[in-house]
Amino acid sequence: MGASQSGPDTRELRELSEKTGFSIDQIENLNRRFQQLSKNKENLRREDFDKVTDLDVNPIRAQIIEAFFDKRNFGGTQTGPVEEINFEQFLTVMSHFRPVKTRMTEEQIASLRKEKLQFLFNMYDIDADGKISLEDYRHLVEDLLSRNPHLGKESASVTSIADAAMLEAVTIIKGQMEPHQVYEGMTFEDFVKIWEGIDIETKMHVRFLNVETPHFCK
Amino acid sequence: MWLGNLPRPSSRRGTYLFLLVFLLGTVLPLGVASSPDSHGTDAPHDTKHEASNGHGHHGNESHTKVKKAFPVLNFEYESVRLPFEIALWILLASLMKLGFHLIPRLSSFVPESCLLIVVGLLVGGLIKLVGETSPVLHSQIFFLYLLPPIILDAGYFLPIRPFSENIGTILVFAVIGTLWNSFFIGGLLYGVCQIGGKDLEKIGLLPNLLFGAIISAVDPVAVLAVFEEIHINELLHILVFGESLLNDAVTVVLYHLFEEYAGIGSVTFLDVLLGFICFFVVALGGIFVGLAYGLLAAFTSRFTSHTRVIEPLFAFLYSYMAYLSAEVFHLSGIMALIACGVVMRPYIEANISHKSHTTIKYFLKMWSSVSETLIFIFLGVSTVAGPHSWNWTFVICTLVFCLVARVLGVVGLTYIINKFRIVKLTTKDQFIIAYGGLRGAIAFSLGYLLPPDHFPRDMFLTAIITVIFFTVFVQGMTIQPLVDLLAVKKKQETKRSINEEIHSQFLDHLLTGIEDVCGHYGHHHWKDKLNRFNKKYIKKCLIAGDRSKEPQLIAFYHKMEMKQAIELVETGGIAKIPSAVSTVSMQNIQPKQKVAERALPQLSKGKEEEIRKILRTNLQKTRQRSHSLHFMEECDDLKATCTSLVFIVVQGLT
Repeated sequence: MGASQSGPDTRELRELSEKTGFSIDQIENLNRRFQQLSKNKENLRREDFDKVTDLDVNPIRAQIIEAFFDKRNFGGTQTGPVEEINFEQFLTVMSHFRPVKTRMTEEQIASLRKEKLQFLFNMYDIDADGKISLEDYRHLVEDLLSRNPHLGKESASVTSIADAAMLEAVTIIKGQMEPHQVYEGMTFEDFVKIWEGIDIETKMHVRFLNVETPHFCK
Repeated sequence: MWLGNLPRPSSRRGTYLFLLVFLLGTVLPLGVASSPDSHGTDAPHDTKHEASNGHGHHGNESHTKVKKAFPVLNFEYESVRLPFEIALWILLASLMKLGFHLIPRLSSFVPESCLLIVVGLLVGGLIKLVGETSPVLHSQIFFLYLLPPIILDAGYFLPIRPFSENIGTILVFAVIGTLWNSFFIGGLLYGVCQIGGKDLEKIGLLPNLLFGAIISAVDPVAVLAVFEEIHINELLHILVFGESLLNDAVTVVLYHLFEEYAGIGSVTFLDVLLGFICFFVVALGGIFVGLAYGLLAAFTSRFTSHTRVIEPLFAFLYSYMAYLSAEVFHLSGIMALIACGVVMRPYIEANISHKSHTTIKYFLKMWSSVSETLIFIFLGVSTVAGPHSWNWTFVICTLVFCLVARVLGVVGLTYIINKFRIVKLTTKDQFIIAYGGLRGAIAFSLGYLLPPDHFPRDMFLTAIITVIFFTVFVQGMTIQPLVDLLAVKKKQETKRSINEEIHSQFLDHLLTGIEDVCGHYGHHHWKDKLNRFNKKYIKKCLIAGDRSKEPQLIAFYHKMEMKQAIELVETGGIAKIPSAVSTVSMQNIQPKQKVAERALPQLSKGKEEEIRKILRTNLQKTRQRSHSLHFMEECDDLKATCTSLVFIVVQGLT
């Protein structure tokens, strides 16, 4: 891999590999893709994602793109959106989807699981207040149903589905509540409780090795 | 099953047991007396009786009618013999099943299949004692009448998600695993035959390979029967079960290939190549036939809104036709049946009424249960009846080679498969997969079909039966303690909740999106494409009316609400409502919103009517039932809250 303009060199590659858990091949693959999307510039902007035409039919397209530009997903404690990202940040976001390796210890698996759940939590928590409220849930359901052209007739369903889901979730988390208590919203710990028993670490993965740079310059 | 849950005095249990034994005591001799040749003695009397029609004496050809008294009571068994016997056997089988669950702890450590085979042995022994010839499990009856209900039940209720996620692994085990098993067993047995003494020497390579093909296939009936009771985790269950279903294509091809050429005694390279091509034809052809009939069934169900009563019939008939059509062309009938069930299910369920849905479910379960019971009983009967030729070397070697081949196959294949899997198969998993490779009635029936002139059929049958007995008894009985011992993950009894549905849909879209960003056309991408194609074109053709445009989330929500409403009324409002058990309610989540304001989804008129009818009839039943309960006052309160809740729901629906 050549000059610093077109991609990281071997020392950087190794650092990135250690930081994100990808192998050198995978990082090179993803770098090629990054170059393709950003038109060989250093940074990626939101408009560059328009090139991915397959995303157009995806109901949660906006949220996926936002997730790439969300500081919460870059590993630090900062919050808020950014305008452009570099390759390292792109890779960090992607690393949330790496699979469980066979040689991982129990703690590593547990921390990977927590990372992935945190990513999901950030995606659900649109207003970034650290809690998933009923409003967030309603937005979520609306998005999922947004591909349906008959949304007008069904808007009542959106509220009722979101309400039912929230009710169920709170029942799992809290169990018993007095009528006057108010539940503000799900915190991250509550969120983790809901996902207990579902092995998110294996479900939430993408196979990165066979990333090809496809025919798509449209 | 409910008998096990209620606390009852042991005297009542004893009475039931006594009644059952008494019933059996009367049914069993009847069954014995009515088996095939017992009418050798009765028939002449009957036919002559029929011929002379109550007038005249035996052999009297005179035309003068001697007037006898009008026969008030007649005995004419011949004309009803066949259905009578069939019904009797099925009754016997069902009573047996009933009996097992009455005996307190037997069913927990002996799997039902073992008990049924033992019963079959007893009945067979009884029949032999009486001196009659026992009914044998004819392969025609097995393949045409007993096997299809079980396979259709399996295919219709196949859990699609785990099946499609593991399809690669399943195919590798089914195809390559079965091939390996056949050749390993067949080849080694040929070697043993050559050195094993004079009776075995004449068995050539091809008959041995054929025998290997017959004995190596994992049997879906046996696997279902045993695995259903051990509640193992979904992954292992679907791996073993999927393998047992999909290896049918391999077995069919190998069987026909070796059977064709065993008479001639040699196989050329061209034959092998043709066999290879045949495999693809058989497998894909079977799937294609199933697909075609499944789509036809779905399309037909679109128009059944005015004749709800015969809706289930279409589901059954089309599936059976798929099976039979595949069998006509020697394609894989099992794969056709599975494909048909899988394809037609989502569309049929969207079109038919709730009652038809229940009917289909329970008829399938009932037929498959009866079939399974009959198969195992007949296996036992055939064991006692069948002509046997015991050859120590052959049988022992078969058994050993079967086990060894299975273990080696599973271990070897897993090593290769794990390189491609995300969720690797651990050693424990491999052990369970190897141990769960049970043989069953399919092997027996295939063996029975062999022409006795080219093959030492009796010896083969004896060996097959020994292997079946070993796997079902030894492996079947010990797998439950082994599962507990090895602490293998058990099935998680989670009901699919609305949260799970939302989260899994979200995850699917998310992963598809990430794959698109990566430029990687993977598993999720194609699944998403298929879903969209389905939604855009297929659903419009196959689902009637408005339901075709209903998004999956809303359909799921409706189903869930319906289920909850029915559950609510059936239990009389006691327990089961999540908000009654835990006191979380809408007020906790959003205090500003009043409960009555909650807008409920707009259901179509048809669904409204259904829900109302169900609620009304069940409410009446609840009122009648609750009058007999002792705690009337509490019950009245609960009833009041329950009825008011239900009416709010119903009113909200208007």
